[in-house]
Amino acid sequence: MNFLSSIVEKSASLTSMPAIVEKATSLVSIPVIVEKTSKVIPLPLQIKGIHLFLKAKNKVWKSKSVPVFIESPIPDVSTLAIEDIDVSNPFLFKQNMWESYFKRLRDECPVHYQKNSPFGPFWSVTRYKDIVFVDRRHDLFSAEPIIVIGDRPEGMAIETFIAMDPPKHDIQRKAVQNVVAPKNLLEMEDLIRSRAVDVLDNLPIDEPFDWVEKVSVELTARMLATLFDFPYEHRHKLAYWSDVIAASPETTGGECSADEMFIGAAEMAEYFTRLWREKEAKKEAGEEMGYDLISLLLSNEKTKNMINKPMEFMGNLALLIVGGNDTTRNSMTGGVLALNEFPNEFIKLKNDPSLIPNMVSEIIRWQTPLAYMRRVAKEDVELNGKTIKKGDKVVMWYVSGNRDERSIDQPDQFMIDRKKARNHLSFGFGIHRCMGNRLAEMQLRILWEELLTRFDNIEVLDEPEYVQSNFVKGYTKMMVKLSAKT
Amino acid sequence: MGSITFIEHNGNQHKVDIEEGSSLMQAAMDNSVPGVDADCGGECACGTCHVIVDKNWVSVIGNTTEIETQMLDMTPEKADTSRLSCQITVTEAMDGMVVRLPEFQM
Repeated sequence: MNFLSSIVEKSASLTSMPAIVEKATSLVSIPVIVEKTSKVIPLPLQIKGIHLFLKAKNKVWKSKSVPVFIESPIPDVSTLAIEDIDVSNPFLFKQNMWESYFKRLRDECPVHYQKNSPFGPFWSVTRYKDIVFVDRRHDLFSAEPIIVIGDRPEGMAIETFIAMDPPKHDIQRKAVQNVVAPKNLLEMEDLIRSRAVDVLDNLPIDEPFDWVEKVSVELTARMLATLFDFPYEHRHKLAYWSDVIAASPETTGGECSADEMFIGAAEMAEYFTRLWREKEAKKEAGEEMGYDLISLLLSNEKTKNMINKPMEFMGNLALLIVGGNDTTRNSMTGGVLALNEFPNEFIKLKNDPSLIPNMVSEIIRWQTPLAYMRRVAKEDVELNGKTIKKGDKVVMWYVSGNRDERSIDQPDQFMIDRKKARNHLSFGFGIHRCMGNRLAEMQLRILWEELLTRFDNIEVLDEPEYVQSNFVKGYTKMMVKLSAKT
Repeated sequence: MGSITFIEHNGNQHKVDIEEGSSLMQAAMDNSVPGVDADCGGECACGTCHVIVDKNWVSVIGNTTEIETQMLDMTPEKADTSRLSCQITVTEAMDGMVVRLPEFQM
Protein backbone atom coordinates (compact mmCIF):
# COMPACT_ATOMS: atom_id res chain seq x y z
CA MET A 1 0.00 0.00 0.00
CA ASN A 2 2.83 2.34 0.84
CA PHE A 3 4.21 3.57 -2.40
CA LEU A 4 0.85 3.49 -3.93
CA SER A 5 -0.67 6.28 -2.03
CA SER A 6 1.71 8.49 -3.94
CA ILE A 7 0.53 6.94 -7.15
CA VAL A 8 -3.04 7.69 -6.36
CA GLU A 9 -2.18 11.28 -5.92
CA LYS A 10 -0.34 11.40 -9.20
CA SER A 11 -2.88 9.35 -11.04
CA ALA A 12 -5.42 12.08 -10.69
CA SER A 13 -3.46 14.16 -13.11
CA LEU A 14 -2.32 11.36 -15.37
CA THR A 15 -4.25 9.97 -18.23
CA SER A 16 -2.58 6.76 -19.30
CA MET A 17 -1.81 3.74 -17.20
CA PRO A 18 1.69 3.06 -18.57
CA ALA A 19 2.73 6.49 -17.38
CA ILE A 20 1.59 5.68 -13.89
CA VAL A 21 3.44 2.45 -14.00
CA GLU A 22 6.66 4.07 -15.10
CA LYS A 23 6.56 6.60 -12.34
CA ALA A 24 5.80 3.95 -9.89
CA THR A 25 8.59 1.60 -10.70
CA SER A 26 11.14 4.14 -9.73
CA LEU A 27 9.60 4.10 -6.29
CA VAL A 28 9.38 0.41 -5.89
CA SER A 29 11.20 -0.37 -2.68
CA ILE A 30 9.73 2.39 -0.74
CA PRO A 31 7.89 3.00 2.36
CA VAL A 32 6.84 6.52 1.48
CA ILE A 33 4.57 9.31 2.01
CA VAL A 34 1.55 7.56 3.34
CA GLU A 35 1.39 9.81 6.32
CA LYS A 36 1.41 12.89 4.12
CA THR A 37 -0.97 11.76 1.46
CA SER A 38 -3.36 10.18 3.87
CA LYS A 39 -4.63 13.55 4.84
CA VAL A 40 -5.24 14.45 1.22
CA ILE A 41 -6.51 11.25 -0.32
CA PRO A 42 -9.27 9.34 1.41
CA LEU A 43 -8.06 5.94 2.49
CA PRO A 44 -10.50 3.82 0.45
CA LEU A 45 -9.39 5.68 -2.67
CA GLN A 46 -5.78 4.99 -1.84
CA ILE A 47 -6.47 1.29 -1.64
CA LYS A 48 -8.45 1.27 -4.85
CA GLY A 49 -5.59 3.16 -6.45
CA ILE A 50 -3.08 0.53 -5.39
CA HIS A 51 -5.25 -2.16 -6.79
CA LEU A 52 -5.62 -0.44 -10.18
CA PHE A 53 -1.94 0.24 -10.26
CA LEU A 54 -1.00 -3.35 -9.55
CA LYS A 55 -3.38 -4.62 -12.16
CA ALA A 56 -1.82 -2.31 -14.72
CA LYS A 57 1.67 -3.17 -13.66
CA ASN A 58 0.99 -6.87 -13.88
CA LYS A 59 -0.24 -6.38 -17.43
CA VAL A 60 2.89 -4.55 -18.49
CA TRP A 61 5.51 -6.54 -16.60
CA LYS A 62 5.57 -10.04 -15.32
CA SER A 63 5.14 -9.42 -11.64
CA LYS A 64 6.20 -11.84 -8.94
CA SER A 65 4.20 -14.98 -9.50
CA VAL A 66 1.43 -15.93 -7.12
CA PRO A 67 1.36 -19.65 -6.39
CA VAL A 68 -1.59 -21.56 -7.78
CA PHE A 69 -2.87 -24.41 -5.65
CA ILE A 70 -4.72 -27.28 -7.25
CA GLU A 71 -5.99 -29.91 -4.90
CA SER A 72 -4.79 -33.50 -5.18
CA PRO A 73 -4.92 -36.28 -2.59
CA ILE A 74 -2.21 -35.96 0.04
CA PRO A 75 -0.10 -39.14 0.28
CA ASP A 76 0.36 -41.18 3.42
CA VAL A 77 3.27 -39.54 5.24
CA SER A 78 5.10 -42.87 5.65
CA THR A 79 5.66 -42.99 1.88
CA LEU A 80 7.72 -39.78 1.88
CA ALA A 81 11.37 -39.05 2.50
CA ILE A 82 11.68 -36.77 5.49
CA GLU A 83 13.10 -33.90 3.44
CA ASP A 84 10.11 -34.05 1.10
CA ILE A 85 7.56 -33.45 3.82
CA ASP A 86 5.97 -30.07 3.22
CA VAL A 87 3.53 -29.06 5.94
CA SER A 88 2.85 -25.74 4.21
CA ASN A 89 0.54 -27.62 1.84
CA PRO A 90 -2.79 -25.77 2.16
CA PHE A 91 -4.72 -29.03 1.78
CA LEU A 92 -3.13 -30.74 4.78
CA PHE A 93 -5.89 -29.49 7.10
CA LYS A 94 -8.53 -29.56 4.40
CA GLN A 95 -7.99 -33.28 3.87
CA ASN A 96 -7.60 -33.82 7.62
CA MET A 97 -4.19 -35.46 7.12
CA TRP A 98 -2.19 -33.21 9.42
CA GLU A 99 -1.93 -35.39 12.53
CA SER A 100 0.29 -38.09 11.04
CA TYR A 101 2.46 -35.52 9.24
CA PHE A 102 3.24 -33.57 12.36
CA LYS A 103 3.66 -36.68 14.47
CA ARG A 104 6.35 -37.90 12.10
CA LEU A 105 8.14 -34.56 12.23
CA ARG A 106 7.96 -34.44 16.04
CA ASP A 107 9.33 -37.96 16.32
CA GLU A 108 11.96 -37.99 13.59
CA CYS A 109 12.91 -34.43 12.80
CA PRO A 110 11.46 -31.95 15.30
CA VAL A 111 13.25 -28.99 13.74
CA HIS A 112 12.70 -29.63 10.05
CA TYR A 113 13.87 -27.79 6.96
CA GLN A 114 11.77 -27.73 3.82
CA LYS A 115 13.77 -26.04 1.10
CA ASN A 116 11.34 -26.11 -1.83
CA SER A 117 7.90 -25.10 -0.68
CA PRO A 118 5.69 -22.87 -2.85
CA PHE A 119 6.28 -20.24 -0.16
CA GLY A 120 10.04 -20.59 -0.28
CA PRO A 121 12.28 -22.44 2.19
CA PHE A 122 11.28 -22.55 5.84
CA TRP A 123 12.00 -24.32 9.13
CA SER A 124 9.25 -26.11 11.03
CA VAL A 125 9.44 -26.24 14.82
CA THR A 126 7.05 -28.94 15.99
CA ARG A 127 7.70 -29.81 19.65
CA TYR A 128 6.02 -27.93 22.49
CA LYS A 129 9.19 -26.93 24.34
CA ASP A 130 11.01 -25.76 21.23
CA ILE A 131 8.01 -23.67 20.25
CA VAL A 132 7.93 -21.97 23.65
CA PHE A 133 11.64 -21.23 23.24
CA VAL A 134 11.22 -19.58 19.83
CA ASP A 135 8.09 -17.70 20.86
CA ARG A 136 9.59 -16.10 23.95
CA ARG A 137 12.95 -15.23 22.37
CA HIS A 138 11.88 -12.24 20.33
CA ASP A 139 15.47 -11.08 20.65
CA LEU A 140 16.51 -14.02 18.41
CA PHE A 141 13.43 -14.32 16.21
CA SER A 142 11.72 -11.39 14.53
CA ALA A 143 7.99 -11.25 13.84
CA GLU A 144 8.54 -8.85 10.95
CA PRO A 145 7.32 -8.36 8.31
CA ILE A 146 4.49 -10.91 8.48
CA ILE A 147 3.48 -13.88 10.65
CA VAL A 148 2.27 -16.27 7.95
CA ILE A 149 4.54 -18.47 5.84
CA GLY A 150 4.19 -16.65 2.54
CA ASP A 151 5.15 -13.11 1.68
CA ARG A 152 2.78 -10.21 1.87
CA PRO A 153 0.64 -9.65 -1.17
CA GLU A 154 2.25 -6.92 -3.18
CA GLY A 155 1.08 -3.48 -2.12
CA MET A 156 -0.66 -4.58 1.05
CA ALA A 157 1.85 -3.23 3.51
CA ILE A 158 -0.52 -2.48 6.34
CA GLU A 159 1.13 -2.12 9.72
CA THR A 160 0.05 -4.37 12.50
CA PHE A 161 1.78 -4.92 15.78
CA ILE A 162 1.49 -8.70 15.66
CA ALA A 163 4.16 -8.42 12.97
CA MET A 164 6.37 -5.82 14.69
CA ASP A 165 9.28 -6.17 17.06
CA PRO A 166 9.86 -4.05 20.16
CA PRO A 167 9.90 -1.20 20.84
CA LYS A 168 7.32 -0.28 18.21
CA HIS A 169 5.25 -3.37 18.94
CA ASP A 170 4.96 -2.54 22.63
CA ILE A 171 3.73 1.00 22.01
CA GLN A 172 1.10 0.00 19.48
CA ARG A 173 -0.17 -2.97 21.41
CA LYS A 174 -0.53 -0.95 24.58
CA ALA A 175 -2.61 1.58 22.69
CA VAL A 176 -5.32 -0.91 21.79
CA GLN A 177 -5.14 -3.72 24.30
CA ASN A 178 -7.58 -2.12 26.74
CA VAL A 179 -10.36 -2.81 24.28
CA VAL A 180 -10.19 -6.49 25.13
CA ALA A 181 -8.98 -6.12 28.72
CA PRO A 182 -11.07 -8.08 31.23
CA LYS A 183 -12.39 -4.87 32.78
CA ASN A 184 -13.85 -3.78 29.49
CA LEU A 185 -15.17 -7.24 28.70
CA LEU A 186 -17.21 -7.16 31.87
CA GLU A 187 -19.06 -4.19 30.43
CA MET A 188 -19.84 -6.11 27.27
CA GLU A 189 -20.69 -9.54 28.61
CA ASP A 190 -24.43 -8.97 28.97
CA LEU A 191 -24.77 -7.62 25.46
CA ILE A 192 -22.72 -10.44 23.97
CA ARG A 193 -24.82 -12.95 25.89
CA SER A 194 -28.14 -11.49 24.82
CA ARG A 195 -27.07 -11.49 21.19
CA ALA A 196 -25.94 -15.11 21.48
CA VAL A 197 -29.20 -16.14 23.13
CA ASP A 198 -31.14 -14.59 20.29
CA VAL A 199 -29.25 -16.78 17.80
CA LEU A 200 -29.69 -19.98 19.80
CA ASP A 201 -33.39 -19.43 20.45
CA ASN A 202 -34.03 -19.29 16.73
CA LEU A 203 -32.22 -22.47 15.69
CA PRO A 204 -34.23 -25.29 14.11
CA ILE A 205 -34.86 -28.33 16.30
CA ASP A 206 -34.75 -31.90 14.95
CA GLU A 207 -33.80 -30.85 11.47
CA PRO A 208 -30.37 -30.67 9.84
CA PHE A 209 -28.64 -27.31 9.44
CA ASP A 210 -25.11 -25.97 8.94
CA TRP A 211 -23.63 -25.12 12.35
CA VAL A 212 -20.82 -23.09 10.79
CA GLU A 213 -23.16 -20.72 9.01
CA LYS A 214 -25.99 -20.48 11.50
CA VAL A 215 -24.05 -20.43 14.75
CA SER A 216 -20.28 -19.96 14.48
CA VAL A 217 -20.20 -17.30 11.77
CA GLU A 218 -23.30 -15.56 13.06
CA LEU A 219 -22.12 -15.37 16.67
CA THR A 220 -18.64 -14.14 15.84
CA ALA A 221 -20.04 -11.52 13.48
CA ARG A 222 -22.38 -10.32 16.22
CA MET A 223 -19.56 -10.23 18.73
CA LEU A 224 -17.34 -8.23 16.40
CA ALA A 225 -20.18 -5.82 15.70
CA THR A 226 -20.58 -5.42 19.47
CA LEU A 227 -16.87 -4.89 20.00
CA PHE A 228 -16.66 -2.27 17.27
CA ASP A 229 -20.15 -0.84 17.80
CA PHE A 230 -20.41 -1.51 14.09
CA PRO A 231 -23.77 -1.01 12.30
CA TYR A 232 -25.50 -4.20 13.34
CA GLU A 233 -27.35 -4.82 10.11
CA HIS A 234 -24.03 -4.82 8.21
CA ARG A 235 -22.24 -7.16 10.61
CA HIS A 236 -21.67 -9.88 8.01
CA LYS A 237 -19.30 -7.53 6.25
CA LEU A 238 -16.92 -7.94 9.17
CA ALA A 239 -16.77 -11.70 8.73
CA TYR A 240 -16.38 -11.31 4.98
CA TRP A 241 -13.49 -8.84 5.28
CA SER A 242 -11.76 -11.08 7.73
CA ASP A 243 -12.05 -13.99 5.34
CA VAL A 244 -10.62 -12.14 2.36
CA ILE A 245 -7.78 -10.51 4.31
CA ALA A 246 -6.55 -13.81 5.75
CA ALA A 247 -6.97 -15.99 2.70
CA SER A 248 -4.70 -14.95 -0.14
CA PRO A 249 -2.86 -17.77 -1.91
CA GLU A 250 0.58 -16.19 -1.54
CA THR A 251 0.32 -15.85 2.24
CA THR A 252 -1.50 -18.99 3.41
CA GLY A 253 -2.48 -20.95 0.32
CA GLY A 254 -6.04 -19.70 0.64
CA GLU A 255 -8.63 -19.28 -2.06
CA CYS A 256 -9.13 -15.54 -2.14
CA SER A 257 -7.96 -13.53 -5.15
CA ALA A 258 -6.00 -10.29 -4.92
CA ASP A 259 -8.98 -8.57 -6.52
CA GLU A 260 -11.30 -9.69 -3.75
CA MET A 261 -8.77 -8.71 -1.13
CA PHE A 262 -8.28 -5.19 -2.42
CA ILE A 263 -11.96 -4.59 -2.94
CA GLY A 264 -12.63 -5.91 0.56
CA ALA A 265 -9.91 -3.76 2.09
CA ALA A 266 -11.16 -0.64 0.34
CA GLU A 267 -14.69 -1.28 1.50
CA MET A 268 -13.50 -1.91 5.02
CA ALA A 269 -11.53 1.33 5.05
CA GLU A 270 -14.59 3.19 3.84
CA TYR A 271 -16.86 1.79 6.55
CA PHE A 272 -14.42 2.33 9.34
CA THR A 273 -13.42 5.80 8.28
CA ARG A 274 -17.08 6.76 8.40
CA LEU A 275 -17.55 5.09 11.78
CA TRP A 276 -14.49 6.89 13.15
CA ARG A 277 -15.73 10.27 11.96
CA GLU A 278 -19.16 9.70 13.49
CA LYS A 279 -17.69 8.80 16.86
CA GLU A 280 -15.29 11.70 16.65
CA ALA A 281 -18.22 14.06 16.11
CA LYS A 282 -19.96 12.54 19.12
CA LYS A 283 -16.88 13.09 21.21
CA GLU A 284 -16.56 16.68 20.08
CA ALA A 285 -20.21 17.27 20.92
CA GLY A 286 -19.40 16.14 24.45
CA GLU A 287 -21.54 13.00 24.30
CA GLU A 288 -20.71 10.04 26.47
CA MET A 289 -18.35 7.59 24.78
CA GLY A 290 -18.97 3.85 24.78
CA TYR A 291 -16.73 0.89 25.43
CA ASP A 292 -16.26 0.00 21.79
CA LEU A 293 -12.90 -0.08 20.06
CA ILE A 294 -13.10 3.22 18.23
CA SER A 295 -14.45 5.14 21.21
CA LEU A 296 -11.58 3.81 23.30
CA LEU A 297 -9.04 4.75 20.64
CA LEU A 298 -10.54 8.22 20.40
CA SER A 299 -10.46 8.64 24.17
CA ASN A 300 -6.77 7.77 24.43
CA GLU A 301 -4.26 10.60 23.96
CA LYS A 302 -1.85 8.33 22.13
CA THR A 303 -4.34 6.98 19.64
CA LYS A 304 -6.92 9.72 19.16
CA ASN A 305 -5.37 10.70 15.83
CA MET A 306 -4.74 7.20 14.55
CA ILE A 307 -6.90 7.80 11.52
CA ASN A 308 -4.20 10.10 10.20
CA LYS A 309 -1.90 7.11 10.00
CA PRO A 310 -3.93 4.94 7.66
CA MET A 311 -1.56 1.97 7.50
CA GLU A 312 -1.64 1.76 11.27
CA PHE A 313 -5.38 2.36 11.42
CA MET A 314 -6.12 -0.35 8.87
CA GLY A 315 -3.55 -2.66 10.38
CA ASN A 316 -5.02 -2.50 13.86
CA LEU A 317 -8.55 -2.96 12.59
CA ALA A 318 -7.58 -5.85 10.36
CA LEU A 319 -5.73 -7.51 13.21
CA LEU A 320 -8.67 -7.23 15.58
CA ILE A 321 -11.17 -8.36 12.97
CA VAL A 322 -9.15 -11.33 11.78
CA GLY A 323 -8.01 -12.12 15.31
CA GLY A 324 -11.55 -12.12 16.61
CA ASN A 325 -13.12 -13.96 13.75
CA ASP A 326 -11.59 -17.18 12.43
CA THR A 327 -10.24 -18.16 15.79
CA THR A 328 -13.42 -18.05 17.81
CA ARG A 329 -15.58 -19.15 14.91
CA ASN A 330 -13.63 -22.33 14.39
CA SER A 331 -13.39 -23.06 18.10
CA MET A 332 -17.18 -22.81 18.25
CA THR A 333 -17.43 -25.49 15.58
CA GLY A 334 -14.47 -27.50 16.88
CA GLY A 335 -16.00 -27.86 20.33
CA VAL A 336 -19.15 -29.44 18.93
CA LEU A 337 -17.12 -31.79 16.76
CA ALA A 338 -14.87 -32.78 19.66
CA LEU A 339 -17.82 -33.60 21.90
CA ASN A 340 -19.24 -35.79 19.12
CA GLU A 341 -15.96 -37.63 18.67
CA PHE A 342 -15.68 -38.09 22.43
CA PRO A 343 -19.28 -38.69 23.49
CA ASN A 344 -18.38 -39.59 27.06
CA GLU A 345 -17.09 -36.07 27.51
CA PHE A 346 -20.49 -34.73 26.46
CA ILE A 347 -22.10 -36.81 29.20
CA LYS A 348 -19.50 -35.57 31.68
CA LEU A 349 -20.28 -32.00 30.66
CA LYS A 350 -24.02 -32.39 31.05
CA ASN A 351 -23.51 -33.88 34.49
CA ASP A 352 -21.22 -31.08 35.58
CA PRO A 353 -21.56 -27.76 33.74
CA SER A 354 -18.99 -26.22 36.11
CA LEU A 355 -16.43 -27.88 33.84
CA ILE A 356 -17.20 -25.35 31.09
CA PRO A 357 -14.28 -22.97 31.75
CA ASN A 358 -11.80 -25.85 31.78
CA MET A 359 -13.43 -27.33 28.68
CA VAL A 360 -13.06 -24.01 26.89
CA SER A 361 -9.27 -24.19 27.29
CA GLU A 362 -9.33 -27.79 26.13
CA ILE A 363 -11.38 -26.88 23.05
CA ILE A 364 -8.91 -24.14 22.17
CA ARG A 365 -6.01 -26.59 22.51
CA TRP A 366 -7.73 -29.40 20.63
CA GLN A 367 -8.83 -27.13 17.79
CA THR A 368 -5.78 -24.80 17.60
CA PRO A 369 -7.67 -22.51 15.21
CA LEU A 370 -4.51 -20.76 14.02
CA ALA A 371 -2.00 -23.47 13.16
CA TYR A 372 1.21 -21.45 13.57
CA MET A 373 3.03 -18.15 13.74
CA ARG A 374 6.07 -17.41 11.62
CA ARG A 375 9.32 -15.72 12.64
CA VAL A 376 12.63 -14.86 10.96
CA ALA A 377 15.93 -15.68 12.69
CA LYS A 378 17.85 -12.52 13.56
CA GLU A 379 21.09 -14.46 14.01
CA ASP A 380 22.27 -18.08 13.69
CA VAL A 381 20.47 -20.13 16.32
CA GLU A 382 21.08 -23.74 17.41
CA LEU A 383 17.81 -25.53 18.10
CA ASN A 384 17.44 -29.22 18.88
CA GLY A 385 20.62 -30.10 16.96
CA LYS A 386 19.96 -27.95 13.89
CA THR A 387 21.47 -24.61 12.96
CA ILE A 388 18.91 -22.08 11.86
CA LYS A 389 20.71 -19.44 9.82
CA LYS A 390 20.19 -15.73 10.19
CA GLY A 391 17.40 -14.66 7.84
CA ASP A 392 15.71 -18.09 7.68
CA LYS A 393 11.96 -18.33 8.10
CA VAL A 394 10.93 -20.28 11.19
CA VAL A 395 7.39 -21.59 11.61
CA MET A 396 6.18 -22.49 15.10
CA TRP A 397 3.50 -25.12 14.55
CA TYR A 398 1.24 -24.63 17.56
CA VAL A 399 -1.05 -27.26 16.10
CA SER A 400 1.76 -29.79 16.47
CA GLY A 401 3.05 -28.63 19.87
CA ASN A 402 -0.48 -28.95 21.22
CA ARG A 403 -0.34 -32.65 20.32
CA ASP A 404 3.20 -33.24 21.60
CA GLU A 405 3.13 -36.29 23.83
CA ARG A 406 6.39 -35.11 25.45
CA SER A 407 4.59 -32.19 27.08
CA ILE A 408 0.89 -33.07 27.07
CA ASP A 409 -0.66 -36.20 28.55
CA GLN A 410 -2.61 -38.22 25.92
CA PRO A 411 -2.65 -35.22 23.62
CA ASP A 412 -4.98 -36.68 20.99
CA GLN A 413 -7.67 -37.24 23.61
CA PHE A 414 -10.22 -34.51 24.19
CA MET A 415 -10.66 -34.33 27.97
CA ILE A 416 -12.87 -31.59 29.33
CA ASP A 417 -11.51 -32.09 32.84
CA ARG A 418 -7.89 -32.20 31.69
CA LYS A 419 -5.43 -31.05 34.35
CA LYS A 420 -3.47 -27.95 33.38
CA ALA A 421 -5.74 -27.43 30.39
CA ARG A 422 -4.65 -23.80 30.30
CA ASN A 423 -1.09 -24.83 29.42
CA HIS A 424 -1.62 -24.92 25.66
CA LEU A 425 0.06 -23.10 22.79
CA SER A 426 -2.95 -21.81 20.87
CA PHE A 427 -2.60 -18.24 22.15
CA GLY A 428 1.15 -18.21 21.62
CA PHE A 429 3.62 -17.16 24.29
CA GLY A 430 5.81 -14.14 24.81
CA ILE A 431 5.12 -10.55 23.82
CA HIS A 432 2.87 -11.51 20.90
CA ARG A 433 0.59 -13.68 23.02
CA CYS A 434 -3.00 -13.38 21.87
CA MET A 435 -4.43 -10.14 23.18
CA GLY A 436 -8.03 -11.30 22.85
CA ASN A 437 -7.59 -14.54 24.78
CA ARG A 438 -9.97 -13.50 27.54
CA LEU A 439 -12.59 -12.40 25.04
CA ALA A 440 -12.30 -15.71 23.21
CA GLU A 441 -12.69 -17.66 26.42
CA MET A 442 -15.64 -15.55 27.46
CA GLN A 443 -17.46 -16.07 24.17
CA LEU A 444 -16.96 -19.80 24.21
CA ARG A 445 -18.03 -19.96 27.85
CA ILE A 446 -21.22 -18.02 27.12
CA LEU A 447 -21.97 -20.22 24.12
CA TRP A 448 -21.66 -23.45 26.10
CA GLU A 449 -23.55 -22.11 29.11
CA GLU A 450 -26.45 -21.17 26.87
CA LEU A 451 -26.28 -24.35 24.76
CA LEU A 452 -26.49 -26.60 27.82
CA THR A 453 -29.61 -24.90 29.13
CA ARG A 454 -31.41 -25.40 25.79
CA PHE A 455 -30.31 -28.55 24.05
CA ASP A 456 -29.98 -32.15 25.03
CA ASN A 457 -27.80 -33.11 22.11
CA ILE A 458 -25.97 -31.57 19.17
CA GLU A 459 -25.45 -34.38 16.73
CA VAL A 460 -22.87 -33.98 13.96
CA LEU A 461 -24.44 -35.63 10.90
CA ASP A 462 -21.55 -35.72 8.40
CA GLU A 463 -17.83 -35.26 8.20
CA PRO A 464 -17.28 -31.50 8.34
CA GLU A 465 -15.73 -29.63 5.43
CA TYR A 466 -12.46 -27.88 6.17
CA VAL A 467 -10.88 -24.57 5.11
CA GLN A 468 -8.16 -24.52 2.46
CA SER A 469 -5.26 -22.83 4.24
CA ASN A 470 -2.02 -23.68 5.96
CA PHE A 471 -2.78 -21.09 8.65
CA VAL A 472 -6.47 -21.14 9.50
CA LYS A 473 -7.42 -24.55 10.82
CA GLY A 474 -11.15 -24.38 10.45
CA TYR A 475 -14.43 -25.42 8.96
CA THR A 476 -16.53 -24.27 6.05
CA LYS A 477 -19.49 -26.53 6.78
CA MET A 478 -20.70 -28.89 9.47
CA MET A 479 -24.20 -30.30 9.36
CA VAL A 480 -25.80 -30.92 12.75
CA LYS A 481 -29.14 -31.71 14.32
CA LEU A 482 -30.29 -30.39 17.68
CA SER A 483 -32.51 -32.11 20.19
CA ALA A 484 -34.34 -29.88 22.61
CA LYS A 485 -33.97 -30.38 26.32
CA THR A 486 -36.93 -32.22 27.72
CA MET B 1 8.61 -22.70 58.64
CA GLY B 2 7.62 -19.19 57.53
CA SER B 3 4.69 -18.10 55.42
CA ILE B 4 3.66 -15.72 52.65
CA THR B 5 0.21 -14.16 52.35
CA PHE B 6 -1.61 -13.72 49.05
CA ILE B 7 -4.48 -11.23 49.11
CA GLU B 8 -7.08 -11.56 46.38
CA HIS B 9 -8.57 -8.47 44.80
CA ASN B 10 -11.74 -9.00 46.84
CA GLY B 11 -9.73 -9.01 50.06
CA ASN B 12 -9.65 -12.76 50.72
CA GLN B 13 -6.35 -13.79 52.29
CA HIS B 14 -4.43 -17.00 51.72
CA LYS B 15 -1.47 -17.79 53.92
CA VAL B 16 0.86 -20.35 52.37
CA ASP B 17 3.90 -22.08 53.85
CA ILE B 18 7.30 -21.25 52.47
CA GLU B 19 8.94 -23.98 50.48
CA GLU B 20 12.40 -22.72 49.81
CA GLY B 21 13.56 -22.91 46.20
CA SER B 22 10.15 -23.18 44.58
CA SER B 23 8.70 -20.24 42.70
CA LEU B 24 6.11 -17.94 44.19
CA MET B 25 3.79 -18.94 41.32
CA GLN B 26 4.21 -22.60 42.26
CA ALA B 27 3.45 -21.76 45.88
CA ALA B 28 0.18 -20.16 44.78
CA MET B 29 -0.71 -23.09 42.50
CA ASP B 30 0.18 -25.75 45.07
CA ASN B 31 -2.07 -24.05 47.59
CA SER B 32 -4.91 -23.39 45.12
CA VAL B 33 -4.78 -19.64 45.55
CA PRO B 34 -7.48 -18.33 43.19
CA GLY B 35 -6.56 -15.63 40.71
CA VAL B 36 -3.27 -17.05 39.44
CA ASP B 37 -3.61 -18.79 36.06
CA ALA B 38 0.03 -19.51 35.12
CA ASP B 39 -0.88 -20.39 31.55
CA CYS B 40 2.73 -20.95 30.43
CA GLY B 41 3.67 -23.01 33.47
CA GLY B 42 6.50 -20.75 34.62
CA GLU B 43 8.32 -19.70 31.45
CA CYS B 44 7.88 -15.95 31.90
CA ALA B 45 5.91 -16.07 28.66
CA CYS B 46 2.24 -15.39 29.39
CA GLY B 47 1.89 -12.80 32.15
CA THR B 48 -0.93 -14.64 33.94
CA CYS B 49 0.81 -15.09 37.30
CA HIS B 50 0.92 -11.35 37.91
CA VAL B 51 1.19 -10.26 41.55
CA ILE B 52 1.74 -6.90 43.19
CA VAL B 53 4.35 -7.15 45.92
CA ASP B 54 3.90 -5.08 49.06
CA LYS B 55 6.38 -2.24 48.75
CA ASN B 56 8.12 -3.10 52.02
CA TRP B 57 9.22 -6.39 50.48
CA VAL B 58 10.57 -5.22 47.17
CA SER B 59 14.20 -5.44 48.31
CA VAL B 60 13.83 -9.13 49.18
CA ILE B 61 12.44 -10.43 45.90
CA GLY B 62 15.32 -9.74 43.52
CA ASN B 63 15.43 -7.94 40.21
CA THR B 64 13.15 -7.96 37.23
CA THR B 65 14.60 -9.11 33.91
CA GLU B 66 13.89 -7.23 30.71
CA ILE B 67 11.71 -10.02 29.37
CA GLU B 68 9.63 -9.98 32.56
CA THR B 69 9.17 -6.24 32.32
CA GLN B 70 8.01 -6.61 28.73
CA MET B 71 5.44 -9.19 29.70
CA LEU B 72 4.23 -7.06 32.61
CA ASP B 73 3.89 -4.07 30.35
CA MET B 74 1.16 -5.93 28.53
CA THR B 75 -1.23 -5.95 31.43
CA PRO B 76 -3.37 -2.84 31.97
CA GLU B 77 -3.25 -3.47 35.71
CA LYS B 78 0.51 -3.14 36.08
CA ALA B 79 1.57 -1.31 39.25
CA ASP B 80 4.96 -0.04 40.44
CA THR B 81 5.75 -3.23 42.32
CA SER B 82 4.21 -5.67 39.86
CA ARG B 83 6.02 -8.95 39.27
CA LEU B 84 5.45 -12.24 37.57
CA SER B 85 5.36 -14.69 40.46
CA CYS B 86 7.00 -17.43 38.39
CA GLN B 87 10.15 -15.30 38.33
CA ILE B 88 10.43 -15.01 42.12
CA THR B 89 12.21 -17.82 43.98
CA VAL B 90 10.85 -18.27 47.47
CA THR B 91 13.30 -18.01 50.39
CA GLU B 92 12.95 -17.99 54.18
CA ALA B 93 13.79 -14.28 54.04
CA MET B 94 10.26 -13.82 52.65
CA ASP B 95 8.62 -14.93 55.89
CA GLY B 96 5.70 -12.58 56.48
CA MET B 97 5.69 -11.17 52.92
CA VAL B 98 2.39 -9.91 51.52
CA VAL B 99 1.54 -9.96 47.81
CA ARG B 100 -1.69 -8.76 46.24
CA LEU B 101 -3.41 -10.24 43.23
CA PRO B 102 -4.73 -8.01 40.48
CA GLU B 103 -8.43 -7.99 39.66
CA PHE B 104 -7.79 -9.83 36.41
CA GLN B 105 -4.96 -11.82 34.87
CA MET B 106 -4.43 -11.05 31.21
